[in-house]
Amino acid sequence: MSGAAHNPGADLLIPADTPLHRAAPQCKVAATALCVLLVACTPRDIFWPYLGYGLVLAAAAYTAQIPAMTLLRRLVVEIPFVFFVVLLPFLATGPEVRVLGVPLSIAGLESAASIVLKASFGLLATGVLAATTPLPEVITGLERLRVPKIFTAVASFMVRYVEVLNSELNRLRTARACRGGDPRWLWQARDTAMCVGALFVRAFERGERVYLAMASRGYEGSLPTTLTGEPATGTAWLTAFAPPAVFAALTATAWATA
Amino acid sequence: MHIPDGFVNAPVSIAGGVVAVAGLAVCSRNLGPSLRDRDIPLAGLAAAFFLVLEAPIFPIGVGTGGHLLGGTLAVALLGPWLGPVVISVVLVVQALFAGDGGVTALGVNAVNMALIPAVVGYPLILGLRKLLPRTKTWVAVSCGVAGFVSVAAGSVLYSLEYAIGGATAVPAGTVAVTTIGTYSVIAVFEGLVTGLIVAALLRLRPDLVRVGRHLTRASA
Repeated sequence: MSGAAHNPGADLLIPADTPLHRAAPQCKVAATALCVLLVACTPRDIFWPYLGYGLVLAAAAYTAQIPAMTLLRRLVVEIPFVFFVVLLPFLATGPEVRVLGVPLSIAGLESAASIVLKASFGLLATGVLAATTPLPEVITGLERLRVPKIFTAVASFMVRYVEVLNSELNRLRTARACRGGDPRWLWQARDTAMCVGALFVRAFERGERVYLAMASRGYEGSLPTTLTGEPATGTAWLTAFAPPAVFAALTATAWATA
Repeated sequence: MHIPDGFVNAPVSIAGGVVAVAGLAVCSRNLGPSLRDRDIPLAGLAAAFFLVLEAPIFPIGVGTGGHLLGGTLAVALLGPWLGPVVISVVLVVQALFAGDGGVTALGVNAVNMALIPAVVGYPLILGLRKLLPRTKTWVAVSCGVAGFVSVAAGSVLYSLEYAIGGATAVPAGTVAVTTIGTYSVIAVFEGLVTGLIVAALLRLRPDLVRVGRHLTRASA
């Protein structure tokens, strides 16, 4: 049996004692969400605002003592998801440029660049959040922001157990490999499905055990208020909203000059 | 199918957001009375399960990662109200922490992947369950069919959304052809895997399969 889920998001968290680490989670969560949204609102064909976003994020990372390489390494996770953008310059229509004799659509290139940049800056912003805030605190922040209980409750169990399930899956695959199982082809999908089915049963049975453990400790459908955080002060909110304000100014200027 | 930021325009994103929030509000309202204390840890574990599963870790065939969308599996196992809630939590976490799908496109993505299985897939499972013989195999088959139809419907809806509010210079026709083409293959895979997982679960723990409860009740 695996260990208990004690330290979710530990690989992203960079412990330190900085103003960003100490800030109230609800302020950080709200500010990060706003920043990501505002980056996503940048016009497609304008690229200078990203320089400003980068500077703000660099300042935040510097304050929080996050090594630049750690933050940049986070971008690796997006590779499979933004991979399809390489098709855009070929599929889009309109004026074209020739690169090595291959015609590429300018509008397609712009779309591709803007999709990759938006995803990257979104990840850098959430990277700062994840590096300064343990995931359970992120959930507390969401709860204080009045996100309905059912969502935060589901999310808090999810972040606590995703690593446990990952290692459970690895054990299942090791066990399968030891027995010569190596499903690769579509006609072997049954092996994969059995493995996933077993993982689901194990996940659910763990859920049942967790519920019984919680019930025996007095759980009655909601977590005690001591775990749900404290309200943030006005000053904290003002400070937290400084970076999104800069982002908003950049986006607005970009739209005004577009 | 995870739409990135900047692929559809603001009106479509906002409309998607409104529909998603309304749909999820309906879900959580209907959930209220029927939700037992123990359902919350179970739903959380299911969400973790889908997050693990959605990482492209199952190599199937050459060059394609098996990337299950899981929406139909979620409604088949958790019901039409809890399923979309679980999948949308997974979508939010993927968008924020994995760069999979845009934050502005979250609403549209939630409609395509969390709500479609509940409004298309779940009634289909119930309908097929009435028509087909009451055996485990046929319940698994109807879940598989519903998985296929949900993903196909999602890809059609996605193409429609792009045709209404596409924000890149790729013609809507091209997007529709490539999306529906690619996703009809993915939908076959999704249907197959959904059916096989449901079949495996019906064998291992039939009580966990919500749409198969009538089987155990009948035989008990």
